[in-house]
Amino acid sequence: MRVGVGLPNGVPGTRGQLIIEWARRADAGPFTSLGVVDRLIYDSYEPLTTLAAAAAVTSRVRLATTIVIGPLHNDTLLAKVTASLDALSGGRLVLGLAVGARKEDYDAAGIDYRSRGKRLTEQLASLRSLWEDASIGPKTARPAGPELLVGGLSDQGFARVARYADGYVHGGGPPRTFARAADKARAAWSDAGRPGKPQLWAQGYFALGADAVEAGHGYMKDYYAFTGPFAEKIAAGLLTSPQAIAQFTRGYAEAGCDELVLFPAVPDIAQLDRLAAVLDGLGRYSLDPGRLQEA
Amino acid sequence: MKIVILGGGPAGLYFALLTKKANPRHDITIIERNPAGVTYGWGVVFSDRTLASFQRADYKTYEQITNHFVIWDAIDVLYRGETIRCGGHVIASIARKQLLYILQRRCDELGIALKFGCEINDLAELPEYDLLIAADGLNSIVRKTYTPIFKPGIELGKARYIWLGTHKVLDSFTFIFRENEHGLFQVHAYPFSGTTSTFIIECDEASWLKAGLDKAGEAESLAYCKQLLADDLDGAPLLSNNSKWISFPTLKTRTWHSQNIVLLGDAAHTAHFSIGSGTRLAMEDAIALATAIEQHPDLEIALNEYELERKPVVEVFQRAAQESQTYFETIKRYLDLEPVQFTFQLLTRSGRISYDDLRLRDTHFGDAVNRWFTQQASGHSLIAAPPPMFTPLKLRELALVNRLVLSPLSTCPAQDGIPHDAYAAQLTGSALYGAGLVLTEPTSVSVQGRVTPACAGMYDETHVAAWARIVESIHAASPAKIAIQLNHAGRRGSTRPRTEGLDRPLKQGNWPLLSASPLPYTPQSQLPQELDRAAMDQVRNDFVRATQLAQEANFDLLQLNFAHGYLLASFLSPLTNLRSDEYGRVLEQRLRFPLEVFDAVRVAWPADKPISVAISASDYVKGGFTIEDAVSVTQVLKARGCDIVEVRAGQTTIDGEPAYGRAFLTPLSDQVRNEAGIPTMIGGYLTTSNEVNTILAAGRADLCIMNCCI
Repeated sequence: MRVGVGLPNGVPGTRGQLIIEWARRADAGPFTSLGVVDRLIYDSYEPLTTLAAAAAVTSRVRLATTIVIGPLHNDTLLAKVTASLDALSGGRLVLGLAVGARKEDYDAAGIDYRSRGKRLTEQLASLRSLWEDASIGPKTARPAGPELLVGGLSDQGFARVARYADGYVHGGGPPRTFARAADKARAAWSDAGRPGKPQLWAQGYFALGADAVEAGHGYMKDYYAFTGPFAEKIAAGLLTSPQAIAQFTRGYAEAGCDELVLFPAVPDIAQLDRLAAVLDGLGRYSLDPGRLQEA
Repeated sequence: MKIVILGGGPAGLYFALLTKKANPRHDITIIERNPAGVTYGWGVVFSDRTLASFQRADYKTYEQITNHFVIWDAIDVLYRGETIRCGGHVIASIARKQLLYILQRRCDELGIALKFGCEINDLAELPEYDLLIAADGLNSIVRKTYTPIFKPGIELGKARYIWLGTHKVLDSFTFIFRENEHGLFQVHAYPFSGTTSTFIIECDEASWLKAGLDKAGEAESLAYCKQLLADDLDGAPLLSNNSKWISFPTLKTRTWHSQNIVLLGDAAHTAHFSIGSGTRLAMEDAIALATAIEQHPDLEIALNEYELERKPVVEVFQRAAQESQTYFETIKRYLDLEPVQFTFQLLTRSGRISYDDLRLRDTHFGDAVNRWFTQQASGHSLIAAPPPMFTPLKLRELALVNRLVLSPLSTCPAQDGIPHDAYAAQLTGSALYGAGLVLTEPTSVSVQGRVTPACAGMYDETHVAAWARIVESIHAASPAKIAIQLNHAGRRGSTRPRTEGLDRPLKQGNWPLLSASPLPYTPQSQLPQELDRAAMDQVRNDFVRATQLAQEANFDLLQLNFAHGYLLASFLSPLTNLRSDEYGRVLEQRLRFPLEVFDAVRVAWPADKPISVAISASDYVKGGFTIEDAVSVTQVLKARGCDIVEVRAGQTTIDGEPAYGRAFLTPLSDQVRNEAGIPTMIGGYLTTSNEVNTILAAGRADLCIMNCCI
């Protein structure tokens, strides 16, 4: 399993310079990707713009949206923006799309919330053709366009993964929840007669160090306030120790996750170093549990 | 806080005592409709996990409850005159009356006011409260008063049952199945005290009406059951306690709380009695609610916390209960199964217990299952019998060494229909990996019938030579057999390789498509042409030619693809067949052309070799092809010489999707196999030997396609 790190683009009050610095330092290792999250009505940076800035100061890491709320975007414009990002970054874009979870984002964008599933399906059906369309440049690194992931936990969501995408991106939670979702994604994939396995991406949140834990919990509760009382439970899942990160990464690796992106809950560059140090200290079995568990 | 609890059942009492214990300043009143000492119901069951939570919640009552327990570990199934026993289940039960007595005494001790014989018909009659607990059961007056808020939904089961007791001494959970001239009756019985057992009798509505039980009073019902079960009761009396025949009501409630009112136990949810968890869930609710109130001074947060914690747990039980309820409602389907398999199917009905679980619980039972399975599969009585997965299967003259099927998928299987070496290596590899049967990808019967340009084919002599080499190498290297899957893509043809997603038309070089009716598969797909009679003849002849070539290449089994929205499937579903001629409209006519192909192929294929047909057993779309249709189609195919059916589902249109997950095709296969009486093969994301053994031993399928990436 590969481990990426999230940019703090969804943490309120983050300075623009920190995001650039974060991206530059993460590119030096040991991370394999930089992730971004998407919210409209929140003090956060727009994900694709953020990745464009990150692309300019990195050369190695992949640039992943986990996720972008697809239906908020016009299909052709989204194809153009993502093709540009893919070309600018030398084919490092991984585009995760989902419907998101907040009606207020749709209301603010003037997009009908109830037809969001249908809109995402139509978007996925047209994206690859738009990327291939020579009249809309730039040319993407792969002719089929960037790696495409789909999120969402409905039966329809997994059918979308199998029909249109290269893989599935999980929204978060303990490894056992991911394992169930991964089973569904793989079941839909093989039922569709697609060779190989779907790429499985997932994410988690961390805040390391005694000075960061309280702020981290505060951010989680605020970010997930829209889920009501569930926010407390989500906040309790914040990874605040090397042990918690070891257990979490191993759980995901064993469930067959291909790439896990760990997002900071505190916008402090020291968090990046602390996470890197924890990952360096993990035994190889945490990230590569071997073939035994593999489905 | 002033807390009023409506209903003095286990949930209300237990919540009261836990809350009072945590904070003696709470002023708690319990209002119970029945007079003191009057109670309905016989025994209630608990599992060891529930007991652990009782122990933590209140040790005093835990001790008294466990002192009165009857504990047993066996389940007996009495069926066709045999008794099959499976041990190791550890279940405990207690008389409901005793449980209530223990809880009431503890409430008294803690100073909780218990008002018996106090019927509330209007919530205005309640004393003042800061928090109202609705523990007033299925017919909760509180829930009914606020129906628009709680949004309850009640679904009645199809079967009828009556809750009785008996003095017949039992030492296990006992299922009894009895048939008489009126129908099939099943008994769920278990001991709950040294002298008495719960004795629930259940039957379908038809049997119930035929027996005249709809008009029978309490005494007559009792007399009927006594006579029906005379051999099982051995003269012990049946006891009634205001018992009536009813349909089980499953209650689900959208929300469990509103402001300062909260639903508890049966007032919020019920789960079919056959998994015995009503009281257990109610008391666990009580623990969760009491804990939440103790931890959160803010009532809104506490009630939210309670609902968030309990609702998912209850839903899991309700799903398992639904599986179990459906099993008993459709039990007639399984009456052809022999006692050992019947028992195994019964024990694994809700999906919570598997083959490995049962072996762990009772090795002897596990061995008995293996021996029985091997005996009926091979005719050999073995002491050291292998698990079902490693038993042989015979279809006509074809002998498969085991029940494992592998069907590798390739990113690029062929060129000009000729299988690539890499794909050939995948197929041979599957045989070496231990498969009893290797199944090819859908292989086209004509150049027009390909799904993608890289599809393997069987329409040219060059194809025969390549396939013959593959068949030969598998036969030479292993005992495995190989099946060719013949397909015509229909309206799903002329697409790009599936590495780039499904059903995307080719960028260039598209070829014309055929289908039952002119409907494109996706909005981006090409419009297919409706098959006329000449095209039907052509397609049928293509299938026959492919069959002859498959015989030339020495394939062992031939599978026709009637599934997943391809050409022959497009005739079967009313969603994709809009024809008004004799090949459309009703199922019998929609089946006509696929059957014509089947018949022609059956004649062309050697009589000693078996044929399989793959069908989509459900479209998952309203107005589409249903599982009942699948059973009828399978029965017709069986009569025409089809030997086995591969059960798939969906993909008829792009908007029908199954609930994906582990073993998601198993319930469909179970129904087709046991209602149509034909062997079945299934995939549906099977990755462990435990899943395969469970499916086979229960008689839900005969061959399992395991998911593999070779």
